[in-house]
Amino acid sequence: MNSLSEREKVLQRTSGRQIQPLGVGVNHMPNIVVLVKRVPDTNARIVVNGDRVDLSAVKWVISPYDEFAIETALQHKEAAGGSVTALTLGPAAADKVLKDAKAIGVDEITRVWDDSWGELDSNGIQSALADAIGQIGGEVVYCGKTAADTGAGSTGPGIAERLGWASVSNVSDVAFDGGIIATAPAEGGAAKVAVSGNAVITCDKGSIKVRKPNVKGIMMAKRAQVNVISAAVPAASVTVVSQSPPPAKPAGKKYEGGDSAAEVASLLRDEANVI
Amino acid sequence: MSESIIIAETSKGAVAPVTAELVSAAIAMGTTPTIIVPCTDSSIADNAGFEGAGRTIAVKGGCFENYDASSWAAAIDAAAPAGTLLAAATPQSKDLLARVAARRGLAVVQDVVAINGSNLTSPIYSGKAMQTVALSGDAAVSVRANIFPAANASGADVSVVDQSGDVATAVQEIIARASARLDVAEANIIISGGRGMGSPDNFSHLERIADVLGAAVGASRAAVDTWDDIPHSMQVGQTGKTVNPNLYIAVGISGAIQHLAGMRSSKYIVAINKDADAPIFAHADYGIVATWEETLPVLESALSAMMA
Repeated sequence: MNSLSEREKVLQRTSGRQIQPLGVGVNHMPNIVVLVKRVPDTNARIVVNGDRVDLSAVKWVISPYDEFAIETALQHKEAAGGSVTALTLGPAAADKVLKDAKAIGVDEITRVWDDSWGELDSNGIQSALADAIGQIGGEVVYCGKTAADTGAGSTGPGIAERLGWASVSNVSDVAFDGGIIATAPAEGGAAKVAVSGNAVITCDKGSIKVRKPNVKGIMMAKRAQVNVISAAVPAASVTVVSQSPPPAKPAGKKYEGGDSAAEVASLLRDEANVI
Repeated sequence: MSESIIIAETSKGAVAPVTAELVSAAIAMGTTPTIIVPCTDSSIADNAGFEGAGRTIAVKGGCFENYDASSWAAAIDAAAPAGTLLAAATPQSKDLLARVAARRGLAVVQDVVAINGSNLTSPIYSGKAMQTVALSGDAAVSVRANIFPAANASGADVSVVDQSGDVATAVQEIIARASARLDVAEANIIISGGRGMGSPDNFSHLERIADVLGAAVGASRAAVDTWDDIPHSMQVGQTGKTVNPNLYIAVGISGAIQHLAGMRSSKYIVAINKDADAPIFAHADYGIVATWEETLPVLESALSAMMA
């Protein structure tokens, strides 16, 4: 265990268990995976037809927080070497976001999908992605803190649990010193958290500035091959019943002039009972 | 009735009030909840008894000193009975819930705002649409605050389980927030400013009102993108924080779809804007068409008088 850094020794004392350094020896190059999801552009108008959202006219993009994950994964590679694989789950239409990730600078692009799958719930999605990460041989995974469509944020921690890995969520800044030092929200502020070994890191916007694809990257992405793999998934136990527009809010009270603020303050206390 | 398990929300070393709302949500699902309180000091569970709930289990372990998702999930999984899991839809509890659910092979439904038997409704596309799902069997469900009524407190029937987990992360440093004010993600009242505030210096007027109300100060994306002095941590909206306070006061914010996505589910919304046609007014319970310069001093003195 001579290869353990001081930080890892602290970690080992704190946790009381053996820490495996990320990979073997100081020169190990990590196999980094970044999860990307294809979602409607966040400026898109969401239309409901019947009892389902109609996405036929929206522009599709990489989920915004996944862009921070791509940037962080590339920074990890720049610090430690290794390779970055962008992984998505979806039908062939999702290849576009993989090629976008390739243009930004990832090395490999992989899509997990099987036409025989029915509706997937979070259990199915996480199982398939965890299986795919295993097939890729991933050792550290980055993803957005939530996807812009569901906003759930279950995928990162759920995958970490299935793989038996550590996870740190809502990370706003990452530093690399052989392991990962992630800055994440904590009560009253933020915490710098050291992670050794395999981990899933979910990324917030924070101080991370994303790079844009260059011409060479875009040209390479055009020619890039998407590796398509399959995985076993459990049957869904959560199924979508309906989708609808948000409930309309009843018209509020509207006042003219700053002096009305005194009346509004009274209403907040006496009518709304919120202060 | 079938059994459910509530993972109590804890904050500042105590069981947070939203836990009582989770009891009502569990009952709405037709279940009787057992309350699980992750803690280092089991006495905090004495306040985790509620009418309509079953027993309370204080899960006491060294791992609960700092948040570490994998050890918390392992300890809670070991101590909690089977059944549908419920937690508050806070960033930390959503993360924890997803891990506990994965340990048990349960599907997760986050940010629930309505329950109709085993049908659960959550916002999708940042609140631009709603989605209702049906559960078949146990699931893991996070519930937004300020939706369900708080169950009445009652004496807690507490059993203590000593159960920790292997901590996988080490806190090196806690960086305290520069301001003593609450973060927008934690606050029950938020006052936010937009580009209409004119300059970041003018946010001091919002801070003074926030101090009167014990509120957090937020900002629109336009304000965060325009002024370096307004950090992203204050941003409310689709690429910032989604908030659900009792009261949201929007000052000099026009109401771009990006911003509405992050705050439209607030219980009460006050909008202050000089443009009578600003889209924010369509979402406001109380709208004031005026400049912030003429409105905020009046608001501050009225609120100060009330809170005195």
